[in-house]
Amino acid sequence: MNDLKKMTRTIFSVACICLFVTTAAQADNIAVAVASNFTAPMKDIAAQFEKDTGHVVKISSGATGKFYAQIKNGAPFEVFLSADDTTPIILEKEGFAVIDSHFTYATGKLVLWSAKAGFVDDQGAVLKQGNFSHIALANPATAPYGEAAIAVMKKMGLLAMLQPKFVQGENISQAYEFVSTGNAELGFVALSQVYKDGKITSGSAWMVTPSLYPPLQQAAVLLNKGKEKPAAKALLEYMKSEYAKNIIRSYGYEIP
Amino acid sequence: MNGEDLAAIWLTAKLAGIVTLLLLMGSAPMAWWLARTSSRWKAPLTALFTLPMVLPPTVIGFYLLLLLGPNGFVGKITQALGLGFLPFTFGGLVVASMIYSLPFVMQPLKNSFEMIDARQLEVAATLRASPWQTFFSVVLPQAKPGFITATVLGFAHTVGEFGVVLMIGGNIPDQTRVVSVQIYDHVEAMQYSNAHALSAVLLLFSFCVLLLIGMRRRGNYFVN
Repeated sequence: MNDLKKMTRTIFSVACICLFVTTAAQADNIAVAVASNFTAPMKDIAAQFEKDTGHVVKISSGATGKFYAQIKNGAPFEVFLSADDTTPIILEKEGFAVIDSHFTYATGKLVLWSAKAGFVDDQGAVLKQGNFSHIALANPATAPYGEAAIAVMKKMGLLAMLQPKFVQGENISQAYEFVSTGNAELGFVALSQVYKDGKITSGSAWMVTPSLYPPLQQAAVLLNKGKEKPAAKALLEYMKSEYAKNIIRSYGYEIP
Repeated sequence: MNGEDLAAIWLTAKLAGIVTLLLLMGSAPMAWWLARTSSRWKAPLTALFTLPMVLPPTVIGFYLLLLLGPNGFVGKITQALGLGFLPFTFGGLVVASMIYSLPFVMQPLKNSFEMIDARQLEVAATLRASPWQTFFSVVLPQAKPGFITATVLGFAHTVGEFGVVLMIGGNIPDQTRVVSVQIYDHVEAMQYSNAHALSAVLLLFSFCVLLLIGMRRRGNYFVN
């Protein structure tokens, strides 16, 4: 009787250990910091990547500038998908990312968007009319899309006129939230937030003329914490696959 | 500390001052009623008024953004009254902060009211004191410590507000950019020295507040 008990217990423990070892060998967790504008496509890509490889992708999304500060202060991210291409290079130079690991995964587009149909015309003339009380944008100090929005208004000569109407989101997702809830009549958001499969999903929008703002080259980089991790490298390679590129394009990005 | 930092400090002080004053006046009658009543509504109402103490600020901020906006119930009312919409305005922050800090003002008031002996009120009434006379000459002197605690806690808690403001404020200078948001901005932009200066001010302020209450009460912050 006692032996039997002992045996079952041994079998059980061995089974447990086996289970643990196999899952550990197969699946790795990858901590990924993603610029807010790319959250939705990244979730799609990650889901397929997880299916194909068994790894688990842990996505944190936020403003690029915030992630930069957090990574410099020891944040446990292994892969960083920035909203610009300068931050990854700076991280490489400062010794927080693997040298020459960065590459542009998408070129973002800025859009002036309103949740109301017909509010924004396709030339952006609504900006000159100024018949609104709030215009939302991401914080230009930390979010490249906010910086791009400022560049557009400056080039159109409307910055001084529009500045009193600014409401700043902490990142581009919050700017989108302000507009989508109707609290701001319109705002500068990322095309990826309001675009799916070839068209604007709701409301009205002006695809801002690309010559009005510096190109939003978005680069990915392998951070030091992911240096020794094959899964992190695999994810970055996966970003370059045709499958991933198709998803990225479907959200309105261009691929260089 | 630059001009924007000073503006943020002034805005925060103004916000906390107005909110505390309005809350003291607004919640005192309700605290009084809750302290004396045996109505079956007492428990549910007490729970309702204590909610902001346990709710994550994100929940308050999210619901306020929906409620106060153009598609929200309250937003439609303020619009009809010609007040416009409250998010992204100083008035909106006052409303949000009043909800956020309500329990910190109401609780000390209620506690102090509960400790007043009902017989004293009856005596005052038999001596033909009007309810107002009773309030000013019997209730107020005894509830004074409660009012002081409520004032200090309400003010300090509003100064410490962050999540709600972040969600409905829109980070507008002189309107909604309070000290806590300004600090967050500085940290995000890696302007650590500015962040340090403002943070030190808040740290010192908060410590002094607690010290002040502690010296008056020797211990329990919420009960007289």
